[in-house]
Amino acid sequence: MLPFLGRRLLQLIPTLFFVSVIIFGLQQLLPGDPALIMAGEDRDPEVIAQIRAQYRLDQPIPVQYVYWMKGVLSGDLGESMRIKKPVLDLVLEKLPVTAQLAGMAILIALVIGVGAGIVSAVYKDTWLDYGANIFALWGISTPNFWLGILLIFLFSVQLGWLPASGYVRPSEDLRASLASTIMPAFVLGNAIAAVLMRHTRGAMLQVLSSDYVRTARAKGLLERSVVLKHAMRNALTPVITLGALELGTLLSGAVLTEQIFTVPGFGKLIVDAVFNRDYAVVQGVVLVTATAYITLNLLADIAYMLANPRLRS
Amino acid sequence: MASITANGMASVDALQVESPARRAWRRLRRRKGAMVGLAIITVFIVLALLAPWIAPYDPLQQSWSLVRKAPSAAHWFGTDEVGRDLMSRVIYGARASLSAGIISVGIALCIGVPLGIVAGYVGGWIDALISRITDAMLATPFLILAIALAAFLGPSLGNAMIAIGITATPIFIRLTRGQVMAVRVEDYIEAARAVGNPRWRIALFHILPNILPPLLVQATLALAAAIIAEAALSFLGLGQQPPAPSWGSMLNSAQRFLTNAPWMAIWPGVAIFLAVLSFNLLGDGLRDALDPKER
Repeated sequence: MLPFLGRRLLQLIPTLFFVSVIIFGLQQLLPGDPALIMAGEDRDPEVIAQIRAQYRLDQPIPVQYVYWMKGVLSGDLGESMRIKKPVLDLVLEKLPVTAQLAGMAILIALVIGVGAGIVSAVYKDTWLDYGANIFALWGISTPNFWLGILLIFLFSVQLGWLPASGYVRPSEDLRASLASTIMPAFVLGNAIAAVLMRHTRGAMLQVLSSDYVRTARAKGLLERSVVLKHAMRNALTPVITLGALELGTLLSGAVLTEQIFTVPGFGKLIVDAVFNRDYAVVQGVVLVTATAYITLNLLADIAYMLANPRLRS
Repeated sequence: MASITANGMASVDALQVESPARRAWRRLRRRKGAMVGLAIITVFIVLALLAPWIAPYDPLQQSWSLVRKAPSAAHWFGTDEVGRDLMSRVIYGARASLSAGIISVGIALCIGVPLGIVAGYVGGWIDALISRITDAMLATPFLILAIALAAFLGPSLGNAMIAIGITATPIFIRLTRGQVMAVRVEDYIEAARAVGNPRWRIALFHILPNILPPLLVQATLALAAAIIAEAALSFLGLGQQPPAPSWGSMLNSAQRFLTNAPWMAIWPGVAIFLAVLSFNLLGDGLRDALDPKER
């Protein structure tokens, strides 16, 4: 276990290094002088000189990178040009909102995706199976921003059951918080549920045709017990790991979903930063997202290792 | 069935072996989902190519007397917030979506496949370098990287295509590299090397044709992802710029008029859904049709 962990952690170093190079390199894509662009409408020479000094734009690019990286490693992701606050503070402020959305989305995806996958495998080639497969195709092919708009139209505009936008913290009012996040969480969870359904169906079909399941049935166990106790437990291990790969979909989806439902999270922060040409915030959010994604994938690998006795030994 | 002549030689008709492309097409035709997908794609391509002749109105023509009119015999899909015909805009929007899909996947293929071949065939430090950069790009969620790239490049459909293409590249690098590594140990590659073929010739004429099927499947599925990504970037204002029609930007403006004009949100969404669904169906069908285990 430990050598595996060490090897996996070592592999992260070059990945994180290149991630940082790519994110730093984004700045070089700005057409023209970055200092002029960062200064925006305000072309005050003093402001431009200050930006040049702050970002060391008069230095060679590798030197700029080294200074930028030094800052990143000490927790300094730069400062928002518009809000005049450190990027890290902004990110940490928004993170709990997106984390709540993501947590609810994963829960919804697991309940719908795994449930539909099991039903689809157990009732293979019946209308339940076809229905679940159609649901999966729908989930994969529906743009989440469209689904969000349709849900707002139905539940907010027509029925008036849920608020169309805004966010309430759980600490303020749990009920109102759930009401404000259930639609965006469902939109986020929908696409992942579809992928989980496909993985679960495939894994369950494989497990249900294995010898030990046949033995369990031959012993006279109830079908429910065979499916839930014997088959599901073994089928879900790879599903959870494959599901972890969908975390990228979750983070990407949060950008659009938070924009539609005006949820002040991580995704809205990056979109607002893009429109305000707040490049330090864009870089900071991408860096934190990539690091979070890499870390979550590592945790999923470790969880898979712990759940699989053959790999553990 | 091959007919055998008296002296044990296969007859001429037995030598007329079915080509891989023809075999794949025969298998693909048996898959209803893939055929439905192909039919919808064909309709979208026809709409995009013949838009000026098919669209009932000019997609940019505004009319203050037709602001937010519900679907009617004159305007089947209704009109938008400045009186433009929605059906015409949806038809013209197919141009932006399909061209974004095709061009961005083309960019990803043009960069990804050669780099993947080099990484897989040459190996060594070049492989290590390309693979680590690929890992780094894959470590950043697709849309977030595309948004960041589009933001730094500047908002336009062309830049959105570049951003989506670059973001989709690492998948093709990784897939090509894996396929090349599997193929390069085959006997026919060894034979090509033994007769003195240079490396580039082996890569281009012996390896590439043999790794095309999985690349074709991935390209079809990537087209679906690219169409959604273009719509998402246009929805956020980073893709096609108004007043040019795009399904994503149409949904963006529809959001503001959900109470008074819900039809504005229906048709562009249906168009994106159908386009993405059709490429997903075709991709799934191609995967099965090109799978050697299915033979």
